[in-house]
Amino acid sequence: MSNVFTDTFAWLADPLHWTGAAGIPARLGEHLQYTGLVMLIAVAIAVPVGMYVGHTGRGRVAVVALAGALRALPTLGLLTLFVLLAGIGLMPPIWALVILTVPPLLAGTYAGISSVDRNVVDAARAMGMTELQVLFRAELPNALTVMFGGFRTGVLQVIATVSVVAYINLGGLGRYLFDGLVLSDFPQMLGGSLLIAALAIAVDLVLSLFQRLFLATGASGQSRRSQQAAADLTDPVLTEAVVQGGKS
Amino acid sequence: MDQAMIEFQSVTKQFQGGQPAVDNLSMSIAKGSITVFVGPSGCGKTTSLRMINRMVEPTSGTITVDGKDVTSVPAPELRRSMGYVMQSAGLLPHRSVLDNIATVPRLNGVSKADARRRAEELLDVVGLARPLAKRYPSQLSGGQQQRVGVARALAADPPILLMDEPFSAVDPVVRDELQQELLRLQKDLAKTIVFVTHDIDEATVLGDRVAVFAVGGKLAQYATPEEILRAPANDFVASFVGRDRGFRHLGFTASDGVTLHSVPTIVRGRSGSGTDPDATSGWQLVVDEGMRPLGWSTPGTSTGLIPGGSLFRPGESLRRALDAALSSPSGLGVAVDTEGRVQGVIRGGEVLALIEEARQLRQAAL
Repeated sequence: MSNVFTDTFAWLADPLHWTGAAGIPARLGEHLQYTGLVMLIAVAIAVPVGMYVGHTGRGRVAVVALAGALRALPTLGLLTLFVLLAGIGLMPPIWALVILTVPPLLAGTYAGISSVDRNVVDAARAMGMTELQVLFRAELPNALTVMFGGFRTGVLQVIATVSVVAYINLGGLGRYLFDGLVLSDFPQMLGGSLLIAALAIAVDLVLSLFQRLFLATGASGQSRRSQQAAADLTDPVLTEAVVQGGKS
Repeated sequence: MDQAMIEFQSVTKQFQGGQPAVDNLSMSIAKGSITVFVGPSGCGKTTSLRMINRMVEPTSGTITVDGKDVTSVPAPELRRSMGYVMQSAGLLPHRSVLDNIATVPRLNGVSKADARRRAEELLDVVGLARPLAKRYPSQLSGGQQQRVGVARALAADPPILLMDEPFSAVDPVVRDELQQELLRLQKDLAKTIVFVTHDIDEATVLGDRVAVFAVGGKLAQYATPEEILRAPANDFVASFVGRDRGFRHLGFTASDGVTLHSVPTIVRGRSGSGTDPDATSGWQLVVDEGMRPLGWSTPGTSTGLIPGGSLFRPGESLRRALDAALSSPSGLGVAVDTEGRVQGVIRGGEVLALIEEARQLRQAAL
């Protein structure tokens, strides 16, 4: 007797599914490429804006409102809209995902910068640092842990949602979901889901290892406040609360 | 008055929609002296301090340093020419102690190696052990952090030091230690120091001159600490200085002429090793092998060691002398030399007589 679980296992174990352009390694590679591209663009937008807002406190209300509003957008709807407006191709879905990824990064950067002890910032300025020096020598180094928390949240979200690009005939692990759906091939769908989940967990492990190894300098020097903010940010539900409570 | 280093000319600071934080302040701060701004919270003392290095910009009036309007220099440059020490040391958490101290020289373009060499020298100056250089701020005690803060402020050798309640977050023992060291440092460095505190005791200990601020940002009195304790300008200053001001004023009267009496002593753990207890009171001072006082005992009644009072070193003020006598269980204040060895005891009654003598001398001088 066969059921969907043993079939899924058989699907995953089938060596045929591990080779070729439609094989799991190739799809995995595509998936990571899309994720990387989305993160690259999102970071390039969110980090400078977040740094500006965190440092000056200007536009805080606008950023919080915008981040909340963007988060409420339905992924698939946004994707369809972009494709309808801009046509088939790689970039329209990538832009749709960028829009969804900017909020957690923006929140993380903003919360990180504004969680740096105000006394430290005040002292840095009183030492005679210019505003840019205050930002890059005092605020940024001490915000990295929290900022990286936002980055991790963003990466996980993109790995999960980048699957939707398969909907418009692009690759990635999402292919298995949409192909399986069309063919009513449930083992393939479940197998694809498991792969995406496994990828997300693996990437997060790598990132947390990176955080431990490279962001631990003076880790004991991190204020309890920023550690708490970092912990809150890995929990997406709390991110908004951190952003809103970050500076009062 | 000595040459003025910092001058406030009709300076007013009004924050949005409030009472003025500083109201028409005019004063001049002498070069090479410690000037203390003291007052209750909300009196504008910190705001006044922060206007000197333009961390706060005045609403009206001008501040000059060495005759030059502070607004004639870009703010970051001005700030690098003044050391700044604050209540929470405000050290950069991601940088080692050494690099924290090297901050301002680095901003001034000094090479990393030179800045670090200078920072190492400063560790010695502020009394921090060299091995602490590699630590991060969070691995230091509050007192050590403040020392690093002072070292950082001194690193570029600025002529002016601004200190905003630097010692108020550390415990009283460490605070006392840091105050004494600041005075010791100042003897060598002769900086122009502006020091903010809410503690009148700290103000009178440190200040060459003390500026008492009243709520609303008005300067209530600006004089030497001795004068402020002896002759408060008005009720506000009198009540702020507090009801112990008569006692504190003794801190400015020398104790020359106080008589040292001999005292029966016993070395701890060796009965019969010292001299016999005082015949009338029965008290005997317990000392260690090096003649350093440990406490008192009364062999006749109980055998335990009773903790002694504060110690008095000849040359200190009458306040110290009186306190030594008052705090001693035997009523005899223990006098020790610089090595901490017992020199003798002083009697409270005799100290009081000296106080009266000093008062009459002052009266005669008027």
